[in-house]
Amino acid sequence: MTRVAVLKGGRSLERQVSLASGARVEDALERLGHHVVGIDVATDLLTRLRDDAPEVAFIALHGPGGEDGTVQELLEVLGIPYTGSGVAACARCADKVLAKHALRDAGLPTPDWVAFTETSFRELGAGGLLEAIEQRLEFPLVVKPASQGSALGIKFAQTPSDVPAALVAAFSYDHKVLLERYVHGRDLAVGVLSSEDGGANALPIVEAVPRGERYDFAARYDIGRTVFECPARLEPEATDRAMEVALAAYELLGCNGFARVDMMLAEGGEPQILEINTIPGLTETSLLPQAADAAGIDFDELVGRTLELAIVDPASAHAPRPGSVHAPIRRAAHAPPGPTT
Amino acid sequence: MSRTDDERRRPARSAAHELERYEALFAARTERMRSSVMRDLMAVTERPEVISLAGGLPDTTQFDPAVFGAAMQTITADGTTAQALQYGPTEGLQAVKDCIVEIMAEEDTVVAADELIVTSGGQQAIDLVCKTLIDPGDVVIAEAPTYPGAVPTFCAYEAELVQIEMDGDGMQIDLLEQTLDALAADGRRPKFIYTIPTFQNPAGVTMSLPRRRRLVEVARERELLVLEDNPYGLLRFEGDALPTLRSLEVPRGSRDGGDFVIYTGTMSKILSAGIRLGWVVAPRPVLAKLNLGKVSSDLCSSSLTQYFVAAYFAGGDWREYIDRVRDVYRTRRDAMLDALAEYLPAEARWTHPRGGLFVWVTLPDFIDTTDLLARALRENVAFVPGEGAFDDGRGHNSMRLNFSSSSEDRIREGVRRIGKIVAEQLDLYSSLTHQNRAAAAVEPAAQAAMAKVVPMPDRQARSRSESRRA
Repeated sequence: MTRVAVLKGGRSLERQVSLASGARVEDALERLGHHVVGIDVATDLLTRLRDDAPEVAFIALHGPGGEDGTVQELLEVLGIPYTGSGVAACARCADKVLAKHALRDAGLPTPDWVAFTETSFRELGAGGLLEAIEQRLEFPLVVKPASQGSALGIKFAQTPSDVPAALVAAFSYDHKVLLERYVHGRDLAVGVLSSEDGGANALPIVEAVPRGERYDFAARYDIGRTVFECPARLEPEATDRAMEVALAAYELLGCNGFARVDMMLAEGGEPQILEINTIPGLTETSLLPQAADAAGIDFDELVGRTLELAIVDPASAHAPRPGSVHAPIRRAAHAPPGPTT
Repeated sequence: MSRTDDERRRPARSAAHELERYEALFAARTERMRSSVMRDLMAVTERPEVISLAGGLPDTTQFDPAVFGAAMQTITADGTTAQALQYGPTEGLQAVKDCIVEIMAEEDTVVAADELIVTSGGQQAIDLVCKTLIDPGDVVIAEAPTYPGAVPTFCAYEAELVQIEMDGDGMQIDLLEQTLDALAADGRRPKFIYTIPTFQNPAGVTMSLPRRRRLVEVARERELLVLEDNPYGLLRFEGDALPTLRSLEVPRGSRDGGDFVIYTGTMSKILSAGIRLGWVVAPRPVLAKLNLGKVSSDLCSSSLTQYFVAAYFAGGDWREYIDRVRDVYRTRRDAMLDALAEYLPAEARWTHPRGGLFVWVTLPDFIDTTDLLARALRENVAFVPGEGAFDDGRGHNSMRLNFSSSSEDRIREGVRRIGKIVAEQLDLYSSLTHQNRAAAAVEPAAQAAMAKVVPMPDRQARSRSESRRA
């Protein structure tokens, strides 16, 4: 029996989802026989951690503060082992711009983009570059805040006149935003789990499929009008390539425990990585638990494994992992060999 | 944190299988019952450090605990404890119905006790009216914007909501008639017209007397039901009271009940929102169906709170309490209007309510108030984004501000913070469009901005967080 603090809630805009994730994780940890303390993260976090003296912290926070390395750093100073990715990996993944640079430098596919800070528009007149950028990225293009963990603040601009308002909206969430080429295609999420031997395995792919035949933005992103299919119905080669790319991104960014890699797959094209979520949703309807389940790993097992892989020694967690960008694809235990129809 | 043993023993369940299983079981109407990202954002507004101008809350701190204690004591003393703890009649306690007759008379509105049923808040009245009248695809007409809490109810019954523009005099009845004609040409007839004529939520405007008269005529001419929702009528700060639609249809001295106006009122704003008591007045055949609907919903409203209401009204000071909160709210309304004038940029427009709880602010249409709320929460201030008051993507550049539940100092500070971030966004927009602020500003026609239907890919994008994380 281990004394586990589940960190949840917090001040981020994803507080509600985090509370739900945290509650599910607490249930699972209790079923696994651990002593569980739930902590709604607030200004008294340090006091709570000192009083409760957990042997390990399970981080179920989403968004800035919990997913960007902030809480992780604090736990390291306190010497408390924690689940999920380390400080550096969290910081890299939480900032979409940093993550995309790393991906591009490593030759991994990610849609073309340009990033700006608010200062560049306010003080450097970057607005004058918009036309050239729009020509390069083409319409429709996507405007999003660099750091927001969820889809908050993501806008589609269909024409040049949509761009300024989309930028204003994105700057509501972060001082840094990016304009990104829109990839028309299938919306895939690849869950990745670390394994005890230091490697990582890809879970069956989840696809967000809009209901109804007519393609439009609305269906794609409107909950209730989207069905999640797992495993996604993809050609074996496409499945392999998506998993390969996801694993490579996971390794490249130094993730640990689990992560969810979101990507778009255009017809006949490469899967394009949009972002890596180091603490994906952990509720009943979240994609990572669904994917794990499809691989025969039930929720309790998922939580148990994640706990076992908690970072005890930050120094080693930051070291490059064995296996490289070109490592062979490893599928999670029990994963079906290919897509089922 | 305590957990029951039952919960501890709950077996691990398979997430994916669970989802599929329930997916197949959900009724078709649940597809339109969605939580929104806005709702998640609103959850953050409950943090104590946030100055929330978001809620629609009456200020219950104004209520004297001694009065509450005395009313509850009466229940114990006069031997009605057992009844107060028991089920009651579906239509409500006679004593409470008598109080309601008295309350409605304050607005010169005549009603007989057997023309109404007591409901669990005004919200249940809206729900029961929908339950009684709406088949999937039926049209409901409402104001644009309309009460954000009614939209999910209309959606849950799969109504098609058609919203009619308002101006400073409330719903534009000529537009209503055009819409009715267009619907009729299509072979469609709305089941009812939902309106909050007085100190409308969220817009704060009041329907003028000529429009009230015309609306009642239209209802009669076309044999359409009107649902008149009147939670705020007694919270008038200035000016003369206007007749309710119900009183226009059923003038004093008339011996018949109404034919086309269904009326709902509530104790929430004149006594307490926590007691969950409202009422609905309807033509008798409709009332009978509403009553059956209530049986299936909850059998009866809380007997305990009905006994409390009866005892409280018997005390006789209920009008003084309304006077008191009205004075408090008037001062706060003034504080909000002053602060808006001082802190909001020239491009913003807002309504000047003469009563009620809300001011409706409209910004240039390149500002999305849901995103603005995310920014505002970093400054610890909150409001209700306008999109919740529409079912068609409009309202994204408006917001509802509540003045009843915050002190004048907090209202002032909250509005100051909102003004600061709005000004920042206007400056940023200007720098992006190479325009100076004056040129970038949208025409000062708040109504036109309200009317503009904007394609909203952004809304859908936002929902993505839910599908990914929810």
